[in-house]
Amino acid sequence: MAVATRAPILELKNISKRFGAVQALDGVNFEVFPGEVVALVGDNGAGKSTLIKTIAGIYLPDTGEISFEGHQVHITGPRDVAHLGIATVYQDLALCDNLDVVANLYLGREEEGPIRPVLNEEVMEKRAVDVLRTLSVKLPHVRTPIASLSGGQRQSVAVARSVMWAAKVVLLDEPTAALGVAQTKQVLELIRRLKDQGLGVVVISHNLADVFEVCDRITVLRLGRRIADFRVKDASREQVVAAITGADTDLLKTVDKKIEEEKGQ
Amino acid sequence: MSATEAAAPAPGSFTAWRRSLQERVTQGDVGMLPVILGLVLIWAVFQFLNPNFLSPRNLSNLLVQIADIGTIAVGIVLVLLLGEIDLSVGSVSGLAASVMAVLNLKRGVPAPVAIAAGIATGAVIGLIQGSWFARFRIPSFVVTLAGLLGWLGVQLLVLGETGTLNLLNPQIVNLAGNYLSPQAGWALAVVVILVLIVDAIIVRRRRAAAGLDVAPLASLAARLVITAILVLGTAFMLNSYLGVPEGLLILLGFVVVFDLITKRTTFGRHIYAVGGNAEAARRAGISVNTIRVAVFTLAGTMAACGGILAASRLLAVNQSSGGGDTLLNSIAAAVIGGTSLFGGRGTVWSAVAGALVIGSITNGMDLLAYSSYIKYMVTGAVLLVAVTIDAVARQGRQAAGRA
Repeated sequence: MAVATRAPILELKNISKRFGAVQALDGVNFEVFPGEVVALVGDNGAGKSTLIKTIAGIYLPDTGEISFEGHQVHITGPRDVAHLGIATVYQDLALCDNLDVVANLYLGREEEGPIRPVLNEEVMEKRAVDVLRTLSVKLPHVRTPIASLSGGQRQSVAVARSVMWAAKVVLLDEPTAALGVAQTKQVLELIRRLKDQGLGVVVISHNLADVFEVCDRITVLRLGRRIADFRVKDASREQVVAAITGADTDLLKTVDKKIEEEKGQ
Repeated sequence: MSATEAAAPAPGSFTAWRRSLQERVTQGDVGMLPVILGLVLIWAVFQFLNPNFLSPRNLSNLLVQIADIGTIAVGIVLVLLLGEIDLSVGSVSGLAASVMAVLNLKRGVPAPVAIAAGIATGAVIGLIQGSWFARFRIPSFVVTLAGLLGWLGVQLLVLGETGTLNLLNPQIVNLAGNYLSPQAGWALAVVVILVLIVDAIIVRRRRAAAGLDVAPLASLAARLVITAILVLGTAFMLNSYLGVPEGLLILLGFVVVFDLITKRTTFGRHIYAVGGNAEAARRAGISVNTIRVAVFTLAGTMAACGGILAASRLLAVNQSSGGGDTLLNSIAAAVIGGTSLFGGRGTVWSAVAGALVIGSITNGMDLLAYSSYIKYMVTGAVLLVAVTIDAVARQGRQAAGRA
């Protein structure tokens, strides 16, 4: 990945957010490049969720700038973010279990016609099949209710929905937390395909095995600050764990310096 | 995963259909299956006990008797699909009938205007209750419980000192009292069958044109033939007594319209979405509160229509109109018909199926001259069975990971 030669699709500069006495984010910089998978890791309370929710427009930062595709943007809520093409897939997936796959992919964006309030099921079903095929998502049938899908299949439907609506950046909150081995593999493959299609992907995860398998870069937060930023190919698991727990700060400084140098090139 | 996929039969084949049905039943997605089996059982028992039960005359009466409860239950189904409840429908039906009767009999308002005023009363009440529920986030059963009491008070106020108002206006009494001529009944049956066939063909062609899989022709034909036999059989049976009752047509008209709205429009899709996962619907940009207010308005409207049908059938309105077991029977009808109390699952047709079960029990026991205490006990037991099936099915879904 020739990351340094391209401009980040999403860039956060000096973001701070305070909840009462708690400084949840403290001058955090964060960026995602197109076609890159970034892992956001950190211990509980490190600020991962706050950062994701800030990008998603749920929290508005106290200070700092957000740029999208090189332009500074002013975000006032989740709707602005959706318009930009940033989609968030939360852990609860936000699917309606009683509705089928097609209905969920089109939830809130139903196609109508030829008579106006009547649903155009054929158009929706066809496009749903096409999108799922592009992402190589395997489901029993697109008319299956979500309730009868496995956890991995549900996660895939939720991700497919975000891709379907022209997302350029997808934020995934613990996408593999509730999944078994085979389903985790399925979701990681899907993340790889998103990357291949040139999307920027941000993955929050506690599972370093998954992170090392699929991500290009790892951003570590601790106590609201960005503590380290690793290229996966240059980093070891011990270094990442040390950064998360704050065990070996000297090591981190050298790594940070190395990254700064790389960026400067 | 891939192993089961490899073993899966071709989509659209009969084997696939049978397997998916089997899977749905074992995993607790039973829909209207129990109520249809229950209805067959109930009819068999009553026919065995009294050979007049399945006579054209009695079945015709039964179908007229269920028109008002069935109509109210249509609104209840919509509310249940949201995962909410409306306890005010009995009082609203009584108030709407009273408004109509007082306007027509005491104020000399023409019948069509009086009927419209009655229906509008129900719609406005539904709008108020729905907005209250949506705005203040009070549980719907509390808002509508207040309505149950409050609107009964308004009904007594509207009726004033008068006792029973006897309805004489032909336009009002004909709603539930008229029958189609045999020719018109047959013609209607044929039109209904033709529309169903044309619709099936259009849907099939559109799917084929879009390159999507289509159900096997044999199963489609079988479904249409069974429906045609049912429609023609009903027409034959009703024509061998007085003809097709208009009250029944009003109920079926509402059911068809709302079935189309819930299954084929964006609004209907959003009702199921809100009932299935309100938070997901909200995040998808659906205005959850608008859907809620609209559905409660429709429930009030349907309650008013049911109350007016009841008044038309009973030829009178009084202080106890809409009272007694009206509310409980209409909720019981929706639930017995297979609409889940937990939201997001069910169809408008369950209103008719459930009303038929309740109506059959009442009618059958009347034929056998049982006292009302047995009627109540049996109806209560049937409701308990229906709710238990719903709850057990839900546990089945949860166990199968389909909740």
